[in-house]
Amino acid sequence: MSNTREPIVIVGGGHAGAALCGALAAAGLGARTHLVCDEAELPYQRPPLSKAYLKNSAETLQPHRNEDWYAQAGITLHRGDAAVAIDRAARTLALRSGATLPYAWLVLATGASARTLPGLPPTLANVAVLRSAADAQRLRELLSAAPSVTVLGGGFIGLEIAATARAAGKDVRVLEAAPRLLQRSVSPELAAHVLATHRGAGIDVRLGARVDGFEIEGGRLAALEIDGERASVDLLVMGIGAAPETRLAEAAGLACDNGVVVDTGLHSSDPHILAIGDCAAFPEHGSGRRLRFESVQNANDQARTALATLTGTPEPYRALPWFWSEQGSMRLQMAGLMPAQGKRHRRPGASAASFSLLHYAGERLVCVESVNAPLDHMAARKLLEAGLSPEPAAACDAARPLKQFVGA
Amino acid sequence: MPDITLILADGTERHLAAPDGASLMAAASGAGVPGIVAECGGSAMCATCHVYVDEAWAGRLPAPLANELEMLECTAAERRPTSRLSCQIKLGAELQGLVVRIPERQQ
Repeated sequence: MSNTREPIVIVGGGHAGAALCGALAAAGLGARTHLVCDEAELPYQRPPLSKAYLKNSAETLQPHRNEDWYAQAGITLHRGDAAVAIDRAARTLALRSGATLPYAWLVLATGASARTLPGLPPTLANVAVLRSAADAQRLRELLSAAPSVTVLGGGFIGLEIAATARAAGKDVRVLEAAPRLLQRSVSPELAAHVLATHRGAGIDVRLGARVDGFEIEGGRLAALEIDGERASVDLLVMGIGAAPETRLAEAAGLACDNGVVVDTGLHSSDPHILAIGDCAAFPEHGSGRRLRFESVQNANDQARTALATLTGTPEPYRALPWFWSEQGSMRLQMAGLMPAQGKRHRRPGASAASFSLLHYAGERLVCVESVNAPLDHMAARKLLEAGLSPEPAAACDAARPLKQFVGA
Repeated sequence: MPDITLILADGTERHLAAPDGASLMAAASGAGVPGIVAECGGSAMCATCHVYVDEAWAGRLPAPLANELEMLECTAAERRPTSRLSCQIKLGAELQGLVVRIPERQQ
């Protein structure tokens, strides 16, 4: 494995790809590493794009590592170049520039792409999505000029953008097709709190909203038809989720099913090709249920698992999932996954704007959702990682810090 | 371009010329300084960019906000009166010469 002629080629410069570069460099394998990124920028932090970056025109991109670091680590960057085809028999990757990279290991960290609506081209002058730095820069410019914003989709990204725009004094409307916000990500109780908070801040949130038609004029979206009524639009942001970027994998004949299908060591159906991060559909530890996450935690932790696989000391991926979202005055932090059926208990915080919801499957604590309660969240991660389940009444006693139960 | 000194847990010193306006975390992780994990990328959500600010400098930084104070209770290494999250320290000319120590662990 120390042979420098055995290249490790990473496709994708998002969080997962950047984290794997860091891990490989720390393991002394930088000289074997190639990173292929479609974007011209060095890999950068994405969470600020929907918050600080949108808010402040002076805010710049925050690279994970600077250019000197990559050079010193011996990592070869292929920026502004895209992977176009994998030749699995020859173990080579073809790039758009015409270059061909041989690999001993190929790691797909291709991420996910924003979903769009048929009939609503994102190329319209006042329609935006948010995934990349280029998207964020465009949205920031559009936002500064628009008196009002319509956000399609009440998921994390849509609500973060809505809250940022509202704080900047815009009239904001959020259209969600489902009967509640954040349906795929949080409990109904937390969603209700989020809804009330956004409405309290003056955001017009419509649930069960049906978009029946688009009025397009001169390359712009002039209006939407919402529940049968015409509503004019200054700026429309689509936050209707993302789809795993699997085109390269599918064209190479790798098994894909809502993501590149991987095993516990993150191997795809080709043992020389791994997949990590947003694009990887992995088996849940214990249940084997197939999961795919779009989160910083998942990208970082899968990069660690990939390093273990690449260095011949495989460990099954079993990291505790955790997520966060900042929406206006709310810091939401989630640890663990909501059970299909379970009981929830509310742990009060210092104010009505601060609390945690503890979700139990039977006697077992499986998920904790926190609002403006970071101490609860950090303690919850420790409890869940250790498999500890404090008795609900005690765990919801606000007079006792949750961390008292760690190691108790 | 403030010059910053970071003293690693093993005593090694790293010197950085950091751009004005960047956070200490961004400058340190950009340069790959070991011991600054910065898992959440500067959102004050993870407490893995914990540093001890040199005594001489501790009083010269703006006081931590509520978010940071809460997260400081969650650091993996011992919290001290000089503990800060480096993602919340914005570098500027007035911090030329800043010295911080990196704790033994972040996770």
